Amino acid sequence: MIERDYCYIVLGMGVVTFLPRLLPVYFLSGRTLPGWFIEWLDLIPAAVLSALLLPELVTTGMPRLFIPYKLDMIVAVPTLLFAIKTKSLGGTVVTGMGLYWLLDIIFI
Amino acid sequence: MKDKNFIGGLLLEGLSASWPVCLGYIPIGIAFGVLAQKAGFTPLETGFMSLLVFAGSSQFIAVSMFSAGAGAASIIATTFVVNLRHLLMSSSLSLFLGRSGRKKLFVFSYGITDESFAVNFSKFKGGDWDINRALIVNFSANIMWILSTVAGGYGGQFIRPHSFGMDYALIAMFICLLVFQLKGPIYIFTALVAGISAVLLSLCIPGNSYIIIASIFAAGIGVFIKKKAR
Repeated sequence: MIERDYCYIVLGMGVVTFLPRLLPVYFLSGRTLPGWFIEWLDLIPAAVLSALLLPELVTTGMPRLFIPYKLDMIVAVPTLLFAIKTKSLGGTVVTGMGLYWLLDIIFI
Repeated sequence: MKDKNFIGGLLLEGLSASWPVCLGYIPIGIAFGVLAQKAGFTPLETGFMSLLVFAGSSQFIAVSMFSAGAGAASIIATTFVVNLRHLLMSSSLSLFLGRSGRKKLFVFSYGITDESFAVNFSKFKGGDWDINRALIVNFSANIMWILSTVAGGYGGQFIRPHSFGMDYALIAMFICLLVFQLKGPIYIFTALVAGISAVLLSLCIPGNSYIIIASIFAAGIGVFIKKKAR
């Protein structure tokens, strides 16, 4: 059985996570949006992906420290070149994993 | 029979887009399950959280807050802040969901994560993608997340999730999906501004609000530059 207090807290977490996911899709879909806003939204994915990715590659720990030569970053360079060259998502994932696995074995 | 083929084709297309996400969720999900188990959560409680919240980093933070004895309000408030970035992703996806029914949008929005968003957005932008296929991406990722976290809770210490470079699956996926987004100088510029400002902000402010701040800022600069260049 799940404890009741835990249930309520997780339910609360679920609601506050769901609302930011729901509201934009629900209220913006099918609307005519101003041109600058559409352009802004169009740039958001490139921005979000980069903002998610780069700190993962060059920082570590809590609080974060700048470590630009992490294995994650070293593997990212050939992985990036592979992605640019092939434009293959599956191939890039397998290549990145393979290189990471290999270098992890070699260096540790 | 025709319907069956249609659904089969849909499933196949959805799954062939979502497999990197599913693969990447395995090590993280197991790691989460193990952490939760060590903090005294039962596998059922772990699965319950994965089902209701379905947002990896906030779940990790919540478990550590639970163990530290934090109160309900602060756990929920932290979850809200950590997951607020989905606001941006949901907004961008709305550009492509104009003709979808309200009920479907409701169900779809539950499954918006960093990873499913990245996959679906680039698929939508390439055309030939719709909400049904996007739903398959979302739910296959969702199922994998729930299963992995519960598996971690049951016997995570006996599973070795860090083999075959699986820890790198999502990073490699993000690298490639970012490349897909860079279709012109303005996108490259925006990505560079976002990445560099995210790194700087992440070193200065605790938590993950750097993602949302850097993204809003970089896309804003991008629109501004585009206007100036015209």
